[in-house]
Amino acid sequence: MSDISSHRGSSSLLVADARTKRRNAAEARFRSYGVAAIAIALIALVTLLISIFGNGASAFRQTFVTVPITLPAETLDPSGNRDPAEMAKVTTIGYGNVLKAGVTAAVREAGVVPEGMADSDIAGILSQEAPAQLRAMVLENPELIGTTVETHVLAHGRIDGFFKGRVTMESAQRDSNVTPERLQLAQAMTEKGLMSSGFNWGFVTMPDASDQRPEAAGLGVAILGSLFMMFVVVLLSLPIGVAASVYLEEFAPKNRWTDVIEVNISNLAAVPSIVFGILGLAIFINFAHLPQSAPIVGGLVLTLMTLPRIIIPARAALRAVPPSIRDAALGVGASRMQTVFHHVLPLAAPGILTGMIIGLAQALGETAPLLLIGMVAFVRDYPGGLFDPASALPVQVYNWTQRSDPAFVERASGAIIVLLVFLICMNAIAIILRRRFERRW
Amino acid sequence: MNDMRIAERDVSTSETKIAARGVQVHYGTTHALKDVDIDILNGNVTAFIGPSGCGKSTFLRCLNRMNDTIAAAKVTGSIKLDGEDIYDAKVDPVQLRAKVGMVFQKPNPFPKSIYDNVAYGPKIHGLTRSKAELDNVVETSLKKAALWNEVKDRLHSPGTGLSGGQQQRLCIARAVATSPEVLLMDEPCSALDPIATAQVEELIDELRGQFAVVIVTHSMQQAARVSQKTAFFHLGNLVEFGETGQIFTNPRDPRTESYISGRIG
Ligand SMILES: Nc1ncnc2c1ncn2[C@@H]1O[C@H](COP(=O)(O)OP(=O)(O)OP(=O)(O)O)[C@@H](O)[C@H]1O
Ligand SMILES: [Mg+2]
Repeated sequence: MSDISSHRGSSSLLVADARTKRRNAAEARFRSYGVAAIAIALIALVTLLISIFGNGASAFRQTFVTVPITLPAETLDPSGNRDPAEMAKVTTIGYGNVLKAGVTAAVREAGVVPEGMADSDIAGILSQEAPAQLRAMVLENPELIGTTVETHVLAHGRIDGFFKGRVTMESAQRDSNVTPERLQLAQAMTEKGLMSSGFNWGFVTMPDASDQRPEAAGLGVAILGSLFMMFVVVLLSLPIGVAASVYLEEFAPKNRWTDVIEVNISNLAAVPSIVFGILGLAIFINFAHLPQSAPIVGGLVLTLMTLPRIIIPARAALRAVPPSIRDAALGVGASRMQTVFHHVLPLAAPGILTGMIIGLAQALGETAPLLLIGMVAFVRDYPGGLFDPASALPVQVYNWTQRSDPAFVERASGAIIVLLVFLICMNAIAIILRRRFERRW
Repeated sequence: MNDMRIAERDVSTSETKIAARGVQVHYGTTHALKDVDIDILNGNVTAFIGPSGCGKSTFLRCLNRMNDTIAAAKVTGSIKLDGEDIYDAKVDPVQLRAKVGMVFQKPNPFPKSIYDNVAYGPKIHGLTRSKAELDNVVETSLKKAALWNEVKDRLHSPGTGLSGGQQQRLCIARAVATSPEVLLMDEPCSALDPIATAQVEELIDELRGQFAVVIVTHSMQQAARVSQKTAFFHLGNLVEFGETGQIFTNPRDPRTESYISGRIG
């Protein structure tokens, strides 16, 4: 009888035979490959995060100058009636002179000015944006005119770079934008509390700024533009994507046409995003004459790109609903529509939502198609609606990495952090929604 | 065979509820059902017996057009419900299925609460006018399916959390709740213990007062206990159809004879 049992090595269960040992060794090897693969992925992720946060965290801190400034009525409000419309005639040049005088007086009084530093050189510690900040403050509160107010304005980008370690005394000697004296002055002002660094809200609220004033560059317009675009994408791709996948999966007859459509959807999901940009340029801008750089066009292009990427996981989620549930509903006399909406969709919802959020996250980070439809333009005005020019977060990152001033490197990394925060929020929403739907068994 | 208590043979000569003539079903190239003629009478329980894969479920699914959902299935021949051809182009299968209820071979409760499972049919067909009426339908349906005592304290917990046999009874309650005219049951007792089986059989007997009941079963004893008419299927053919007593005591076809005596199947 023991034809087969003679192949067995050991008859004791306490001693593993050669075959078992080989099998166990193979399993152990396979597991170690898995652990190694995950470890490599984690190391890559951690390196990426460290590099981004190392470079970008400083974008959220900024150096400010805080000095008392006397606001002379005769230069800032020549008509004397405190009418904001009249006062707006005084340009930033006027405010620049006021600011310069105020800062010079303040630092001289504090006795922090290095030996032999000229008055004309002192104002160089201020950002070129500072007069505009002062002007905005005064136009908002005209009653400040004639008084002396503690003013909080941006320091020059090189001064900020000095405190962040980007600029040194040696590099300042070769730099036309800053002098070693200014750095000494800045150091002394910090000790007297006239200069300080604080959280930079402006980075997330202010619009982009020109090459000469990196310290004033912010993401306000880009964030608004991205939000507007996401609004368009959600509004269009959620209903269209869900309707298309429900139709294809639950109602469409299975024939050659639906096969063709199916193959095409899969192909569209693989089309490089820049192609959608060309399509958008041709259709929405050249043909439909929608404005360039507008979130509506960006949103439409991203919708085209996102739709197949939403439809594919949505169909997979619908297909994963057990057919017995459909039978059960049809069996009690529900129509196909009732079957889908009462039973199939609620069960598929977590999967559909996950696919949706992943599609949106991709759309949020998409750059290439937006470049083609002009969203790379330099926009300083906040967009008031879908048809106003705007920028977008990933485009802003791209844009800042192109600038020559090293201060923009920090800004670009900071913008990536903001983008990551948005993505994490979206994923969190996806998880919460999935939990909520899953609890309904 | 001696232990079989054959149901009282009161085959009422009442009217035919469903008349099937020359029904053929193909699944792609598989010829699953070959030329079936059968009359299902009102007020009777008709049992389908036969070895696994012989086409019992397939024929049952023809009777409420559930085969429509299988793309590969092709049904030919005529099936008339109260004289109207249910495969007529003008027939809405949704309306048909409200009249011809079904309990599936595998329990398939909705992933919703026990209450919602039973209340779903009455709700979508607008059978009740108030919450109290609906509560009442749910209660009587669950009582009929012999499930009420086990679930009355947890009507709002998930139906999928019940045991297999309880789920099957929930599906019976769900089918009964819409008060169909014909009730098709595909092996409703395969997952039940003897006590629940006895309760369901009692229900079947009770239901035939109002409906025509068709039951597929692998238990010859069950077929003998509950049915008045029995149909024996073999390899897609309807081999023999007649009064249950006659099929079990005096089968005409040798294949029927060998199946009920346990030689094929
Ligand atoms: N969806 C389907 N697609 C293709 N073939 C099918 C399908 N359903 C059933 N069949 C085939 O049709 C034949 C009859 O199947 P059916 O389910 O009716 O058998 P049954 O008598 O109910 O068997 P059981 O007692 O095991 O439930 C089988 O040969 C089966 O393989
Ligand atoms: Mg079956």
